[in-house]
Amino acid sequence: MSSTTLTKPMLKIENLHAWYGESHVLHGINLELGEGQLITLLGRNGAGRSTTLRSIMGMVDKRTGSIQINGAEFINKPAHRITPEGRIGFCPEERGIFSSLNVEENLMLPPGVGDGGISIEELFEMFPNLANVRKRMGTRLSGGEQQMLAIARILRTGARLLLLDEITEGLAPVIVKTLGRVIRDLKARGYTIVLVEQNFRFAAPLADRHYIIEHGEVIDTIEAADVEASMDRLNHYLSV
Amino acid sequence: MSDVTETTANSQSGIAEFEEGLGDPVLRRRARIWQGIFWVAMLGFLAAAPFFLYPVFVMQLLCFALFAAAFNLLIGFTGLLSFGHAAFFGGAAYIAGHVLKVWGFPPILGILTGTLFAAALGWLVGSLAIRRQGIYFAMITLALAQIVYFFALQMPFTGGEDGLQGIPRGHLLGIFNLNDPLAMYYFVAAVFLVGFLVIYRIIHSPFGQVLQAIRENEPRALSLGYNVDRFKLLAFVLSAALAGLAGSTKALVFQFASLTDAHWQMSGEVILMTLLGGMGTIFGPVVGAFIVVALQHALSGIGSWVQVVIGGTFIACVLLFRRGVVGELARLLRINSL
Amino acid sequence: MDPMIRLILAQGMLGLNNGVFYAMLSLGLAVIFGLLNVVNFAHGALYMLGAFLALIMYSYMGAWIGMSDLSIGFWPSLILAPILVGCFGMLIERFMLRRLYKLDPIYSLLLTFGVTLVLQGLFINFFNASGTPYPGMPESLRGVVNLGFMMFPKYRLFVIVFSILVCFIVWYVIERTRIGSRLRAGTENPELVKAFGINVPLMVMLTFGFGTGLAGLAGVLAAPIYSVSPLMGANLIIVIFAVVVIGGMGSIAGAVVTGFTLGLVEGITKVFYAPAANTVIFLLMVIVLLVRPNGLFGRQG
Repeated sequence: MSSTTLTKPMLKIENLHAWYGESHVLHGINLELGEGQLITLLGRNGAGRSTTLRSIMGMVDKRTGSIQINGAEFINKPAHRITPEGRIGFCPEERGIFSSLNVEENLMLPPGVGDGGISIEELFEMFPNLANVRKRMGTRLSGGEQQMLAIARILRTGARLLLLDEITEGLAPVIVKTLGRVIRDLKARGYTIVLVEQNFRFAAPLADRHYIIEHGEVIDTIEAADVEASMDRLNHYLSV
Repeated sequence: MSDVTETTANSQSGIAEFEEGLGDPVLRRRARIWQGIFWVAMLGFLAAAPFFLYPVFVMQLLCFALFAAAFNLLIGFTGLLSFGHAAFFGGAAYIAGHVLKVWGFPPILGILTGTLFAAALGWLVGSLAIRRQGIYFAMITLALAQIVYFFALQMPFTGGEDGLQGIPRGHLLGIFNLNDPLAMYYFVAAVFLVGFLVIYRIIHSPFGQVLQAIRENEPRALSLGYNVDRFKLLAFVLSAALAGLAGSTKALVFQFASLTDAHWQMSGEVILMTLLGGMGTIFGPVVGAFIVVALQHALSGIGSWVQVVIGGTFIACVLLFRRGVVGELARLLRINSL
Repeated sequence: MDPMIRLILAQGMLGLNNGVFYAMLSLGLAVIFGLLNVVNFAHGALYMLGAFLALIMYSYMGAWIGMSDLSIGFWPSLILAPILVGCFGMLIERFMLRRLYKLDPIYSLLLTFGVTLVLQGLFINFFNASGTPYPGMPESLRGVVNLGFMMFPKYRLFVIVFSILVCFIVWYVIERTRIGSRLRAGTENPELVKAFGINVPLMVMLTFGFGTGLAGLAGVLAAPIYSVSPLMGANLIIVIFAVVVIGGMGSIAGAVVTGFTLGLVEGITKVFYAPAANTVIFLLMVIVLLVRPNGLFGRQG
């Protein structure tokens, strides 16, 4: 790993392999980030970025290697113990809003994982749009509302490590801007964040470091300070 | 390495049972040899069985083997679980019995009438049941078969609880007296063989290939432009008709059609035979029928414990032995069709 | 009152009494199917087990364990038997069904069919196949009530009211409480619910236990009305399947309403053409399949 982390790493992944059924999807991912840092996983569709998050969450059929959170090994933990013990908040691609639950029920669904969760009132301040639709069913929310709800519900639990998958996908620019503000605010509050992002312009100003993933491997790491100098490389990686 | 996609999650379910070596000529040759061995063994058994086994037992066995093979056409080669096949088996038995006994039909015509009735009933049940998929299909067939059962219980000609008794065996083509056990036996063996060959031909025809494509992946078959519902319905009618052939023949053998043949427990038994022998194999249902019928004879002394044994076998098969005897054998021999 | 109307009302009440069992059983079936995607064929057999447990606790257990005075009455049975049946259900889930979730759901149907045969076979061996009456009906529920149009057995009225209450509570818990929202979420996307730190395998086991416990409860309620027989659940489960095809398994309220309604319809059919009463639910299923293939409350998966 070329990068150095000043603080002790909060999340450290070494040689992570993952499988869906018979198909081998991750081929040895290595990455780490310190407390309070924000990293992005960049790459083309299908490169293995979402799978990396899903592997951390135990949502793949098989995984090997090492996933350490605050020094504890998580690779063999059953899925339902990963979130509470790692104090993780996971916001999946497609947002994962339950259509048979209303906004409040969706918000209250994930059990708490520790102290310091953001209160409901504050969440409604953070996302005023949600306050007006408290009793609306999940199916009847707009894309933006769904995305805010998906983020809000993991902030309630007291999670400290946030895994956010494609949160800007398919949303109007004004909502993307709001989300940018929220993420910056969360970072300022000391949350540690892994962002899978397609929208580099959204991710660039937020991140401490970018990991480029291709064919299930990290092929390059770019520190935030080096982004300007590395634009050619980045364009090459991200061009479709 | 290049096919790393994040959508692979969708395809994970189909991978487990993936057939291997389909195109390998060596494996294909090996499969053909083993199939040949099975054919020879089966034909040898058919010819010689009445000389070392009780003919009625073998005839019962053959009727159930044909019934299971017909059922397998649906579950094994189309992927549809019918939980109501007793309706065709038992229904045909009553109709064949009635026309043989009351209308005086000759044996072959009587059996054909039963078969035709089962086909028509199959068309009715099938066209209703294919309106829903998967597990609902099973529930609908079960419920519809229950209507047939109630008819069998309440219609005047069926004899209610007593069943339809005293069905005459008659003379085959006016020449062979079927009351002679050996003549009856070879007639039943011939019926079985015809039915089995029909099923074999269906499986290996282009039509059968489409059915298997539907079993593997219905949406894909649909998107390839096949009228999936029509294929399913035709498979259902064929399976029902052949089950009817088996049921009519059984009525002739035992000179008796009873509620047992139309009861849901019979639908369960034919599932067990197929599962135990190997769903989706050619010879599995025959082997499965052999085991179940032999088991029932061997355990006839212990009364209703038989049901416990049958149920336990069911559980064991589903949990530990889903390929069945022949399927497991095929895996050991590393061939993909037996 | 016009005698015809009187007859219809009377048969309707008796039909509603059957509808109670249709509703409770299809409710349990729907709850289980929602989360586990399993159609529990053994539901009828577990209903039978509930009835037998009540009978055994009342009439036999004392003698079996050498305390011939011991007899557990109806009210304790109403609580104990469903719990025992639910625990039995959880064992089936934990040690058998759990191995089949990754496979086609027909395997779990076949497995529970096997369980049905085993249970049925066992009880036929140890008890009279044609049925044993349950003598433990509580004193307070004996006798009849005058409903104005008929004298109706007090116990049956109790069963109707009690079951409506049970169904309502189940509906409320699932649709309106926090624990119910977890269940609904698990029905939609168990993987994500697990990722939120909820122990889904445990939830699945408890849900199966709960659904089968409901079947056991229905069995205890049935014991004083019908004679307790090893086959009492077998024929019922097929009717329940038809009810479920008609109502669809996607909706809790749908399952309950369909169950009660079909009981009513079946009862009233007796007035007009008695021989059709056996088959009217199946015929309605045919009509529903022709007109609304996905069922009345269909949001089928």
